[in-house]
Amino acid sequence: MEYLIIYLKVFLTGGLICVVGQILVNTTKMTTARILVIFLLLGVVLETAGVFKYIAEFGQAGATVPIMGFGSNLAKGAIKGTLEKGLLGALTGGVESAAAGMGSVIFFAFIVGLISKSKTKT
Amino acid sequence: MKTQTIFFKNPAYIREVASIAGPKEAEGPIGSYFDKTVEDDSLGQKSFERAEVMMHTTTLKYLLNKAKMRSAQIDLCVSGDLSDEITGANFTMRSFDIPFLGIYSACASFAESIIVGSTFIDAGHMDRVICSVSSHFSSAERQYRFPLELGNQRTPLSQWTVTAAGALILDKDKGEVKVECATLGTVIDYGVKDANDLGAAMAPAATATLVSHFRCTGRKPDYYDAIFTGDLGEAGSRILRSLMIEEGYPLPDSYNDCGVLIFNREGQKVGQGGSGAACSASVFCSYIYKKMLNGELNRVLLVPTGALLSKTSGLQGETIPSIAHAVSFVKVQ
Repeated sequence: MEYLIIYLKVFLTGGLICVVGQILVNTTKMTTARILVIFLLLGVVLETAGVFKYIAEFGQAGATVPIMGFGSNLAKGAIKGTLEKGLLGALTGGVESAAAGMGSVIFFAFIVGLISKSKTKT
Repeated sequence: MKTQTIFFKNPAYIREVASIAGPKEAEGPIGSYFDKTVEDDSLGQKSFERAEVMMHTTTLKYLLNKAKMRSAQIDLCVSGDLSDEITGANFTMRSFDIPFLGIYSACASFAESIIVGSTFIDAGHMDRVICSVSSHFSSAERQYRFPLELGNQRTPLSQWTVTAAGALILDKDKGEVKVECATLGTVIDYGVKDANDLGAAMAPAATATLVSHFRCTGRKPDYYDAIFTGDLGEAGSRILRSLMIEEGYPLPDSYNDCGVLIFNREGQKVGQGGSGAACSASVFCSYIYKKMLNGELNRVLLVPTGALLSKTSGLQGETIPSIAHAVSFVKVQ
């Protein structure tokens, strides 16, 4: 039962974020690339303001898997870097904390690019 | 300035038409009208651009076969497509030993090719001219919006680029359908910026061309048995209808849009309908031409519409200028 509630919370949080995205797709003229960047920056802002950790606590993967989580990760790393290494840490910290994500994106994209081919949507 | 409408003194006649379409078009409401359809839209090629070239090439060869002609009997080919620098048509023409003029008016290219071809025949320079265009969903997505690999969400106002090629032979010798007159469009820009809402960008251009056509000819919309716009889609056609009411030329029920005709909008999840250079061409070279031959339609006005944007202009935040050319076809009694 406890697990079900966790799943429900994750689903609600992730779903809600996607609903906001879908509303933006349907009602604005923004391209999806732009909407994606807005969500990323929103993650940065929410993390910096200290709000994101409450959302992540409640929604867990529902909040961290969408690109907002990536934004929060960047901001978290930059803040941590600044505190430890000063101004230079603001530049290196973000990339450092997102390194696993970015590394795997490049690696897996390469592998998938080698073995698969794009197809027309149906 | 002379009027925008040309009446051909020595009109060109349609000798033969050919159309080849993709799998989704084959499943659409007019799928059975196409000469041939393919099951695999990559046509076994390594890129969608190559697939489009192959489709265009095959359509031209099929057209020549259907007309029982050799390429030596064709004096000129006027063709276009939507790829960068119209490489699709350029590469297609490597396979033919026929003089070639490449043309571009985006999705209005088919009308431009017929106007250019008819003018050459009218002037007596050429006897037989092929007019053809192609488009492919997957090459056009990359060209105008995003690469397929991005797995992008489609917006409700977007349209589905038709995967097809349409071609016809214009002949100076008398045939069953003649190209009677044509109205050349002007470039119209109402400031639409959304590359996913081309119907709204193109509807004012179609309005301008139609109004000019009716003024020049003194005709009313119901003079024609049917008026077909190229690819305004459902939303764009609605805009056109209301703009035409404002202009004092309300469109009769016989008005239709090739982009609306070619797909089952609800069932096939194509947004507002079909689009692309081959939308008007493949619908004309199958459905419309057959309806003219069997006598259901005697006077047809085809108004392909083109959105004149590019990858670069879109990224630089430019608005989307549009153009529409109208061509009037008459069944010879």
